[in-house]
Parts: sequence; C-alpha cells; structure tokens
Amino acid sequence: MNKTTESAPETVIEATHGLRFIQWRELHAYRDLLWLLVWRDIASRYKQTVLGLLWFVIQPVFTTIVFMVIFSRVARIPTNGVPSSLFYLCGLLPWNYFAQTFQSTSSSLTSNAGIFGKVYFPRLIVPFSSVISNLMPLAIQIGTFLVFYTVEKLGPRSGSFGMAPSAAFLPLVFVQVGLLSLGTGLWIAALTAKFRDFGILAGFALQLWMYVTPVVYPLSRVPSRWYWVAAVNPMTFPQEATKMMLLGAGTPTMGLFSLSAAMTLVILAGGILVFQRVEKTFVDVI
Amino acid sequence: MGRPIIEVSNLSKLYHLGAIGATSLREELSRYWDRARGRHRPDGKDFWALRDVSFSAQPGEVIGVIGSNGAGKSTLLKILSRITEPTSGRAIMRGRIASLLEVGTGFHPELTGRENIFLNGAILGMTRAEVRRKFDEIVAFAEVDSFIDTPVKHYSSGMYVRLAFAVAAHLEPEILVVDEVLAVGDAQFQKKCIGKMRDFASERGRTILFVSHNLGAVIALCQKAIYLSHGRMLKYGPVSDVVSEYAQQMDVLTGVRNLASDEVRRRGNGAARFTAARLADLKGSQISAAVQGRPFRVELDLAVRESIPLAILSITLIDPWNNDLFTTMHYDSLNVSRLEAGKYAFAVDFDPNFLARGNFGVRLACFGPNFLEYDHIHNAFTLLVSASAEDNDFIRPRPGTVRLPLAWSMRQER
Repeated sequence: MNKTTESAPETVIEATHGLRFIQWRELHAYRDLLWLLVWRDIASRYKQTVLGLLWFVIQPVFTTIVFMVIFSRVARIPTNGVPSSLFYLCGLLPWNYFAQTFQSTSSSLTSNAGIFGKVYFPRLIVPFSSVISNLMPLAIQIGTFLVFYTVEKLGPRSGSFGMAPSAAFLPLVFVQVGLLSLGTGLWIAALTAKFRDFGILAGFALQLWMYVTPVVYPLSRVPSRWYWVAAVNPMTFPQEATKMMLLGAGTPTMGLFSLSAAMTLVILAGGILVFQRVEKTFVDVI
Repeated sequence: MGRPIIEVSNLSKLYHLGAIGATSLREELSRYWDRARGRHRPDGKDFWALRDVSFSAQPGEVIGVIGSNGAGKSTLLKILSRITEPTSGRAIMRGRIASLLEVGTGFHPELTGRENIFLNGAILGMTRAEVRRKFDEIVAFAEVDSFIDTPVKHYSSGMYVRLAFAVAAHLEPEILVVDEVLAVGDAQFQKKCIGKMRDFASERGRTILFVSHNLGAVIALCQKAIYLSHGRMLKYGPVSDVVSEYAQQMDVLTGVRNLASDEVRRRGNGAARFTAARLADLKGSQISAAVQGRPFRVELDLAVRESIPLAILSITLIDPWNNDLFTTMHYDSLNVSRLEAGKYAFAVDFDPNFLARGNFGVRLACFGPNFLEYDHIHNAFTLLVSASAEDNDFIRPRPGTVRLPLAWSMRQER
C-alpha cells in the first residue's frame, strides 16, 4: 500500500539506482502507523506476560544485584565512591536502552519479513517505532533508579553522590543513545538480510560491547594506554554523562562528546542508506 | 478517455536462481575466493519472472490477470504494490494504491478486534481518522460486534478472516490490487466480498487489478484481462478474448473446435469422422465456457463416407488425474443403428450439469460392431467448467470433480 499526498497522488515504480535518503513526505503520511506500532509493541509486551510491566523493574534490579556480587564484592572494582547499587542501576539506564533498541531494530527486517512480503509501507517505520517504544521500559527504569536514589539519600552515604544541575540535559543524552542504537541496528538489519551470520554475531558483539563500555566500572579506572578504546566507543560518552548528571560521578569530556556525537551521526546516516538499499528487494532473498 | 490511471511499460523482473535466499558469509567468501583465483562457479541461472510487460488501465476498469502457475502473476502484483522493485521498466500509478495480497497482515493475536482494526487499517495505509470514521461499518460488515473487545486469539478462524477482510474492504484507494485472498471465509461472506468489490469498481469508478486462477471469477468480475505466460504478456484486451486465448492455449473448447484438421490425432478407418465440436446452451446459442450448475449442450458433427452400421457413438469425460469419469453413449436415448453417407449433427444435453468446476478431458469415439474403430479421438478438447458469481463455490472450490444436487434434511434428536 502506498499513499502519497492528496495533491500529487502519482507513484512511479521503477528500479532505483544509487542511494536514497529518507523520504520524509512518505514517512509523514504514515505517521499514524508509527504510533500504532509503538503502541502495539508496548501493549503486546505487557499483555503477553503475567508480570507485565513489572519485568522492566525486575530485570535491572536483578542485574544490579548480580553486578554487586560479582564486580563489587568479588572483583572489588571501585564505583567512584558511589553506592554500588546506584552506580550499576545508573549505568544500566543508557546501556539497557541501547541494547534493547539495538536488538529490536537489528531484527526489524527479518522478524517482519511476513508483513513486508505482503504489504508496502516505508520500512523505516518499524525500526523508528522500536526506538520510541523502548522509551517506556527506560522510563520505568528511571523510576526504579529514583526510588533507590531516594532510599540511599536517606542512608549514611548520602553525601557521596548527588544529582548535578546538568541532569536537565539527560533527555538529550538518551536521544543520542536512541539514534546510535538505531544506526547500529539498521546496519545489522541490512547485513543480516544478506548474511544470516550477522544476526548471531550481533548478539555476541553486544555482550562484548558492554564490557568495553564503562557500565560496571568508572572511566577514571581505565588505564591510560587503553583510554583510546573508551574514546572511540560512542557509548562511553552517554554512559559517563548519565553518571555525572545523576550521581555526580562521571567524567565526560568535550572531546568524548564530539567524537561520540560525530560517530553517532556517521553510523546513523550510513545505517539509513544501507537499510534503504537492502529493503527495496529484501523480500526477494528471504 | 483521460489519462490512464495505471501505466505500465516494459516492466521486467530478474531473479537469480540459486542466489535466492540469504546466503551465509562462508558461501559468499568462498565464491569471492573462487572468482579471485579465476575459477568460475556456476551461480545458478537467471530467470525472468516478468519480461517487458506493458499495459495501461483507465479509471473504473476491472482487470483480471490470468496465467498458469509461475507465469509471473504474483510478481506483477508484488511490483505494482511496491513490495519489491522491478529490475527494469516502470509503472506509473495515478492514485492511492491499496494492495491486498493477504488478509489480516500484521494482526496481533493479543490485541482486541478493535485494536487490530486500527493497526491493520494503518498498515494498509489508512489514517486513524479514516478508520475511526468507518469503524462501525467495518464491525457490522465483519459481524463480530459482540467480540470487538476480545483479543483476536480467541476468535474462531471464520471470525478472524471476516474481521481481516472487513478492514481491507473498507479501504478507499483509487487503485486496488487483489490477489486470490478472497479464497477464505464461508460462502455467504465470500459473496458479500465479491459484491463489495463490484460496487467498488462500478459505483466509485475505482480501478481493480485482480489475480485469479478461477476463470469464472475473472469473467464475472473483469472487463479486461491480462494473460501472462512465462513472464511475458501474451494478450491484453477484453476479458472474453483473453480468456478464450488462454483457453485455446490450454486446449479448452470455447465455441467451436474444428476436428477435421490434420493436427487432430486420431485412430480409426475413417468411414465416419468427427469434423467439429461445439459448445452451446440448451437453446443452441454458442457459449465459451460451461458454467457449474447450468445445463449445457455439446454438439458433434460427423461426416459419414459410406453406409455403415453404428454400434457406439460416445463421449467420455476424463478427470484431471486422467481417470475416466463417465461415458455417455448415443443409444442411451437415441435409437440409431445405421448411418447412410452424409453429414450428421448430434447434440448431447448435459442436463442436469453435475460437473464441478474444473477442466475435463474429452474423448470421442465412433465404433461399428465388434469394436471396429471408425473414428477415435483421445484428446478431442478440454471442457472447462467455471463457477458463476451466484454460486456458493464461486471462490472456494469444493473438493471433487462432480457436484450433485442432493437433498439434505435434519431433525433434532431429543
């Protein structure tokens, strides 16, 4: 199904050569579908499970407990003087949003092959909707974090951490994380459509990626000769920025920001281009 | 006539056989490796699913697309509904397009009927406001009023399909592209859908492109037809012309068949020879296809060279699996045992017509005493029986090659 605007309802169907960027007009015409897909994602997730939305509380809390045991108690990795529960919960905010969005966008072509083979709408709508619908678990996770934050503030270590005024810019950090996960997800989606190997590789790479990102350790503890690894990792800046804003315990720098933002834009633009290149004949190679 | 609403020129689609399907990285790398070392590996054959197809359609036309399996029908629909791109050529569509290659695309089992109507509507290209406006109509059409807030996973399959089709039926595009998705649901509902499609074209001047294996449906619904064979368009024009061309290719008897020609393979001494076969209704007017449930007549011309004793003049119908279905003999109702030299016309009324829709092979035989073969044609022609729009079997064929009007009765046991 194709819908163009009422004034010029002419569609030309032919082989497109070269690269296409986003067709904004068409996306705009399908905006209702975008919101319905977002809503479908959310509604189906809590309808299908017994615990429903509670999962979005349980998952990060249990991960945090495991981290506390392994990284804090056993490995004794310091957490910048901040209570370890808050440190991990805070670190998981951008990371989980990134990982979940990456997982759904990277499988958006293969898991919707059935629909894509039967009806036309701008394929980008599907990954876009994942970026938005994953904001809901993020919101719940932020709520969970705030509960722990308040509890710790009432405890003996309340002086060791505190929200910075820059926390007002936190939404911008998550916008960047969303765009980065969209960009990387689109790359993997396009590559997976061609080579199934990338689907497996992506899951594996995501796990490794978490360990090179300062989620369970502070950036300040990264040895200086390995600092470049953290610097070229576009997830380092959002990670440090979040910790700085919410706990006053991160070390984001302007240099990290510039590199991370530039990489996000490059990855995103490239992702959109390869995705649109693959989507046009993708149903032929399912 | 104004500008055509659909303009297709030289549309082609190439598939690489053997390269269909996502490859693994290893395969691809080894292919590059082989190529780099100058070794050529056969990559499978190229295959034109569609080749230089051109046609145009005016607003309000209903166009059927016919052809056997693999002729390129669904490739054409997929390109015109923008699911995949053509390899070359172009199509210009002047209006909103809706394609219906499946009903219920994107239905989510956990969501209620109401929620799925909105979701499916949006997937098919409707805005939320449009769906809201037609919501009551859709629910009434689907006959699911009391279940509208129940998750569709609890629906019966009939309800599911009705709801899915109801959404699709309320799309209001200028161009509707339909595959044989109508082959679902119960008979009553199918008729309702056909009615809806007819209204869509005739009252609103919308254009429909309709793919079907069912020639009856194509004849009943379409004014024009496209005949595809091996990716090429063999004919495009008025539906009766195209269907008869298709029928001829399939060796179907439409109207008259000349049996006197040398191309007819036959056995026998030729003392009597079938010269022509004709298909007619019971009033004797020539028809192009028999319709399920309606009596029809087969007329046979026989040229007799000399005075001969006649033992059997027969027509045998052969089912699609090459089994003899039944044989009708002249002496069932005609008391003739000798023919003088001359020309004769025999007529056999298939009344009642209990043939189910489909193709039947026809064998003609003319024997003298002791099975002396005068003329024996094993594959004289194919008899096509199509369904009619009024028929309950219009869309979904019932199993079996015959269709008997048997009486059913019922009583309730206490």
